[in-house]
Amino acid sequence: MSKLVRYIIKISALITFGILFLIIAYILIRGIPSLKPSMFQWEYTSENVSLLPAMITTIMIVFLTLLIATPIGVFTGFYLVEYSKRDNKLIEIIRMATETLSGIPSIVYGLFGMLLFVIRLKFQYSLLAGTLTAAIMVLPLIIRATEEALLSVDNAYREASFALGAGKVTTIFRVVLPAAMPGILSGIILSIGRVIGETAALMFTLGTATGIPKGLFSSGRTLALHMYVLSTEGFHVNESYATGVILLILVLLINGLSTFLSNKLTKEN
Amino acid sequence: MDKIFIKNFNLYYDNFHALKNINMNIKEKEITALIGPSGCGKSTLLKSLNRMNDLVEGCRIEGDIFIDDKSIYGNGYDVTLLRKRIGMVFQKPNPFPMSIYDNIAYGPRIHGIKNKQKLDQIVERSLRAAAIWDEVKDDLKKSALRISGGQQQRLCIARALAVEPDVLLMDEPTSALDPISTAKIEELVQELKKDYTIVMVTHNMQQAARISDKTGFMLNGELIEFGKTVDMFTVPKDKRTEDYITGRFG
Amino acid sequence: MTIIGNEGELVKSKFIESFMKNIFLISATMSIVAIVLICIFIFAGGLPFIEEYGLLNFILGTEWKPSDTPASYGILPMILGSLILTLGAIILGVPVGVLTATYLAKFSNKKLYKFLKPCINLMAGIPSIVYGFFALTAIVPIIRALVGGTGMNIITGSILLGIMILPTIISLSEAAIRAVPNSYYEGSIALGASHERAILSLVLPAARSGILSSIILGIGRAIGETMAVVLVAGNQARMPAGLTKGVRTMTTNIVIEMAYAADAHREALIATAVILLVFILIINGTFLILKRRSGI
Repeated sequence: MSKLVRYIIKISALITFGILFLIIAYILIRGIPSLKPSMFQWEYTSENVSLLPAMITTIMIVFLTLLIATPIGVFTGFYLVEYSKRDNKLIEIIRMATETLSGIPSIVYGLFGMLLFVIRLKFQYSLLAGTLTAAIMVLPLIIRATEEALLSVDNAYREASFALGAGKVTTIFRVVLPAAMPGILSGIILSIGRVIGETAALMFTLGTATGIPKGLFSSGRTLALHMYVLSTEGFHVNESYATGVILLILVLLINGLSTFLSNKLTKEN
Repeated sequence: MDKIFIKNFNLYYDNFHALKNINMNIKEKEITALIGPSGCGKSTLLKSLNRMNDLVEGCRIEGDIFIDDKSIYGNGYDVTLLRKRIGMVFQKPNPFPMSIYDNIAYGPRIHGIKNKQKLDQIVERSLRAAAIWDEVKDDLKKSALRISGGQQQRLCIARALAVEPDVLLMDEPTSALDPISTAKIEELVQELKKDYTIVMVTHNMQQAARISDKTGFMLNGELIEFGKTVDMFTVPKDKRTEDYITGRFG
Repeated sequence: MTIIGNEGELVKSKFIESFMKNIFLISATMSIVAIVLICIFIFAGGLPFIEEYGLLNFILGTEWKPSDTPASYGILPMILGSLILTLGAIILGVPVGVLTATYLAKFSNKKLYKFLKPCINLMAGIPSIVYGFFALTAIVPIIRALVGGTGMNIITGSILLGIMILPTIISLSEAAIRAVPNSYYEGSIALGASHERAILSLVLPAARSGILSSIILGIGRAIGETMAVVLVAGNQARMPAGLTKGVRTMTTNIVIEMAYAADAHREALIATAVILLVFILIINGTFLILKRRSGI
């Protein structure tokens, strides 16, 4: 009986990790041979199906999203952790709002972004509309990571700083933030992963134009959107694989880095 | 002259009456030790002197504390200035996770000193005053987390001295240290007495007897007895003090 | 020498303190602003249509024919499609997920765990589109060979979603299992129970509310998933007709038709999002309540 249970548990774990490695291996094996130099040309044409413009668009949207979401998310974390008081209703409501945000499906974000930014504010399908939508979407991730990182910072540091006459803000920026940095960074890096992998929220906000956006009000497509469009069109299976490889490698790097940083945080505190 | 005067001081955590009608006067440039069993309120009293209890939720006070005849709980007394004037050293050495230099320079910097030369001077003077300069002068850039516990505690004393306080509060400063480090800190504290008024909470009665001028014995939030250390340890007035120092409870 | 405490410095720092506190506060209210805006825009965009078309006609109508005259906008097929795929995902994903969590918490050694735990995070980080593409090119042909047809059906969709909810279920269940006091386990072992038995009969039941909340979060993920499902579920807008037939979900309904929809059709799609959002809010609410109760 015990043996059987152990057997079933081990098989389950085997299935889980087997599937993960299968997916990674499958995409890499099918995808790497599909990578061709022609896919890295500056201009997209229907012949070369270049993914370089999508790569650049991805970098642009990641950068802009973080530019907006990081300060807001980190500051929210400060407020929730460093200024929290018992029975503070506002903090409770903010927490609930954050958790609810993190449960909303991408497609709803996408529709919302379309209704508010694309239509109401007349941004059209654009880098700006995509960025703002993505920023709201990653906000809960950054907030959560910041909160956890701040909570892991030893209170003795705060006490020592207060005892020297430092105020809260000084203490936060000079003592707490540096100590919490690895954890916050790991959350920011996870948000990068989320933006890179996002499709549904960007389809109706960023759009799917094939070129590199020429400005904030110009459309483009990220790698994930590129892959989606290619897979639904069905003409460019190899190019889909190739895009998949690039996406997967990015995700692997990002996760590796984030794991490294959060290990660093737990080690130091 | 009285440096600190505590008058009818009561402190509550929510409904818990943590300090009961404390009256005490602490003389300038003396070492005052607070002793008593765990939970008697000695640390709370200590933290009332630099208003660190303000940070605790549900904390409420009655009465007042005067430093140099000015009410520190009264209107217009700035907590920042109060804490600058009253340095504090904690039970567990708590250097910031930065270099030795930056630890000492932290206080002066937050109070607006940016001049590098001036900071250098302050760092050296503070480290010398805390008797740790010779040990670390060649490694000022080293992380403060990488020196020994005893050195860390002296570093924390130096850090407190760097903002030029005139009172030093010490909350069981040697309880996390080995006997040799403890001896060094005790020696240092007696040296510091020349320039600073020191109030020290200790668990260790021998320590109180060895280095303090006055001792206060606390129990259940009350100051049972307060007087010259020599008198208290030889002829305690209160039965409870006697029981405590002869080891009958606590 | 008195170095510190000049009046100007003090006033400046006082100002910075209260200024930054307000900045933090304003940032913190952004989450509330965002959630309120999302609700306003989605509801304002969809509710008028629902009111005009009739709520019951909308959610119980079995015909989705936006291009007919008169057009019919019944989304019951999509609601059922979402529910069926989610159920399938739960049936396939929950046992594997919970048992994998048990493995991670109680059976793997430290070294292995240090490798496997990041793998779960990686699994959560792989983009939907990559999962979808994998399912499209690897699972669909297998299903096609086994049951015939196009291979894009409820089974394929369920398998895909079952895989995609694994990381959610595993991380939360693992945390719940780890939160069970070790004394439970030790007490049981002391009475002569085997390692496996102690875990099955004491530890897992003690972690049940945490595991349950992981399942609820998994349901939320499955019901909200769009881009992977659209590639493999068939997407036929008709009442589900069997495991080997295709279905359309609420999410895919939106993503497929939004690009070209106009007027009432477009409003009907936003109204679909309203219904989806209501489902999600209910699921999230349940999750929050359970989470508070289980304390993880």
